[in-house]
Parts: sequence; C-alpha cells; structure tokens
Amino acid sequence: MLNYTFDWSIVTSGQYFDWLLSGLITTLKLSAVSIVSAFMLGLLIAVMRMAHSKPVRWIALAYLEFFRNTPLLVQIFFWYFGSYKILPTFINDWLNATGFEFAAAAIALTIYTSAFIAEDLRSGVLSIPKEQMEAARSSGFSYLRSMQYIILPQAVRITIPPLVNQFLNLAKNSSLAMTIGVMEMTYQARQVESYTFKGFEAFTAATVVYLVLSIVITALVNLYNEKVLNVHKAA
Amino acid sequence: MEHLFNISVITDNFTYFMIGRFPHGPLGGVGLTLYLAVVSCILSFFGGLILGLLSVSRFPAVRYPALAFINLVRGMPLLMVIFWIYFLLPAMFGKIAENNTVIIALTLFTSAYMSRIVVAGIDGIPKGQTEAATSTGLKSWQVMYYIILPQALRNMIPSFVNQFVSLIKDTSLAFIVGVSELTHVGTQINNRTMAFPTEIFAFIAIIYFILCFAFTSLSRWLEQRLSWSKAI
Repeated sequence: MLNYTFDWSIVTSGQYFDWLLSGLITTLKLSAVSIVSAFMLGLLIAVMRMAHSKPVRWIALAYLEFFRNTPLLVQIFFWYFGSYKILPTFINDWLNATGFEFAAAAIALTIYTSAFIAEDLRSGVLSIPKEQMEAARSSGFSYLRSMQYIILPQAVRITIPPLVNQFLNLAKNSSLAMTIGVMEMTYQARQVESYTFKGFEAFTAATVVYLVLSIVITALVNLYNEKVLNVHKAA
Repeated sequence: MEHLFNISVITDNFTYFMIGRFPHGPLGGVGLTLYLAVVSCILSFFGGLILGLLSVSRFPAVRYPALAFINLVRGMPLLMVIFWIYFLLPAMFGKIAENNTVIIALTLFTSAYMSRIVVAGIDGIPKGQTEAATSTGLKSWQVMYYIILPQALRNMIPSFVNQFVSLIKDTSLAFIVGVSELTHVGTQINNRTMAFPTEIFAFIAIIYFILCFAFTSLSRWLEQRLSWSKAI
C-alpha cells in the first residue's frame, strides 16, 4: 500500500532538526506575543461590551462579530498585504524595519483571538453574582473601578481554563503564519519536506510537537480546575 | 480619496470572485467555498455521529481508538491535517483531485469536533430516558437509535450550524493546496493587479462575514426557538 522507506534520523538530529527546533521557537514566540496582547485587547473589548453607553457597546459588538466571522487567513492577508494603505507612514516604516511577516501575523492573531477572549471574559463576568457589582457601587467605587478591583479579579480566575484553551488554539492557528513566510513549525516541516522529500518524517515530527503541546496544556488546565477551582470534571 | 480606495478592481472582477470561470471552466470563488463547506459539512455530520457514538461505546476496544483519533485530530492545526492528506493519500492511493483532498481533510478535522457535540448532546438527555427505554425491553442500540438520538440531535442543531460557520472559514485554507476558492481567487487577483490589496482583502473579508454572520444569526435564532419549545 505505502511504498516508502522511513528515515527518522533526518528529523532527530542535524540541520533539519535545527530547522524544526527554530520553527518551534518561532511558533512559541508568536503565540506568546499574541496571547498577551490578545488578552489585553480582549479585556478592553469585554469591558466595552458591558458598558452603559449604547454606542460603546455597539462598537464592541461590531468588532466581535466582524472578527469572529471572518477567516483568520483572510485577516492575515489583509494585515500583511493591505494594511500599508490604512496605517500611518511611521508605523509602516517601523514594521518594515522589524520584519513585517512576524508583526503582521502577530497583529492578525491578536485581533482574531481577542474577539474570542472577550466573549470568554464576558461569560466569566456574567457568572459573578450581580450583588458583587451592586455592593461595590454602593461602597463608592465607580463602574470602571468596581470592574477593576471587584469583578475582573474574580472573573479572570474562573476564565483561566478557557483562556488557556485559547492559547492552545492560538498556537495551532499560528501555523497559518507560514502562508506569509513566517518560519514557524509548519513552515519548517514543509521546508524539510521540499528539501529532502521526507515529508512523512517532517510532518510526524511537527504533529508530535503540536500534540505534546496540547496534551501538556490540557493536563495543566485539568490540574488547575481540580486544585484551584475545585471542579471535578468527568472525562 | 479615489486613489485610496478603488472599487473598480472589485466590480471588474465581480463574477470571478463569485463563481470563478464557472460556465466555461471549473467552479471557483464563493461558489466553490460554499460547495466545499456544504459537502464537508454533510460528510462530517455522519463522521461526527459515528465517532461520537464510538467514543461512548461500552467496549474499551472501540472507545479508546475512537478517543485517540479524536484527540489526535483536535490536537493538530487544520493546516497540518491538510498537508497530511495532501501527501499521504496520493502515496497510498494514487492521484486525488485537490478539491477532494480538501474535502477529506475538512471532513476528518470537523468530524472530530462534531463528535464532541454529539457526545455533549447525548450527555444532555436525562438518564431517566435511557432507564425508561431499557425497562420497556429495548436493546441498547434501540435505546440510542429510537429514544436518545432523536432528542439529542434536535438539541445539537444550533451547534451544528456553528460548526458549519467554522467550516466556511476553514475552507479558506484550501488556498494552500491551490484550490481556487474565494481566498485563492483573491490572492490571484491581487497578484495580477498588484496595486489594490487593501480593497481586495477587505472585500473578501466582508463576503465571508456576510456568509458566516447569516448562519451565526440562524444558529442563535434556532437556539432560542428550540429552548423555548423543548420537548423534555
């Protein structure tokens, strides 16, 4: 059926191993940069989504709906190919100087993921009893300060598992950055394939890395659920 | 301002964006995007149903392989799944059309996610239903087929529609193996015209948004209706 000789030494040592390793480092770097900025942006959008002023709520809602209902790939292409027309010149210059592929991918991943994180945070906030907000307001905190000191610290605590899952999604989604030439994990696997025709070894190596990443992260989430939130999940 | 946002690149290529070279050549653009999404959705409905049922089987020899497969696929990026299919299947079975490569990859990927919806749907049906059905003398597959699944599937409809929305977005990855769906058509026109990437990719984003938002709204509407008239 499959007429193919496997040669695993290609991906376990030497030059191609170094490529895959550098790919993994780029994947992790891209995911780390994007998750931090996506969290901050998502927090802002979530607070806007629950604000009292209607226009602010609508802006947040439009943002959420638009970026969640558009493919990430198209967003990456938009920022990579199309953003020079809508960004100020000095930002364009800075981006071109710093390696635009990475920045464009990070911007796209940040914005895409922030929309999902905002919804996770919002459901976290909604699960905090209303009395918490009322008590905070009646003891003299403003809306934003009540959010900052009373509601968000509790909401973030129970939102950590979905947030970690978003990080996992982000790490997987960052593979799309290869389409604009960011040399992350999938890009390097593809690269090894085209240099050596040893595609199966290269893809297996990349797949194993992604799997280990998701197994480790899922295990951490389960541990957090049990130890910190005292939730005992069945499966 | 005209030189800033030039919509003539959109209007000139509008039919190409929508259906590719269709009447005289293969289907492309939005038409192909929807074709890929609909076919993969139907296939992965059955794939998800089968995987979901296998993964709640009483027999460990059935349950564990199914769970292993589901978790394997869910741990991988879709792009990786596409590459696997793209390289593995031709090596095993000879040449396969790119469209079918993508449909197979999307189906495998989405089935794994759909199976989780199926399991959640089955778990959502009260235990009393199973007990009542078993005590009337039905065999366990009959309980599943006649009692549990009909109710569970109904509750799953909104999640299935959401999965279809994800599929519409995921078809954009078909671009990577040269299938001329909407995103690929956009990059083609962008390469040919060179000067209007902002317009082209903003337009494509809006098209995807209209498609996905319509189905997202449908799913929300269904969710409200179904929860309002819940059978049990």
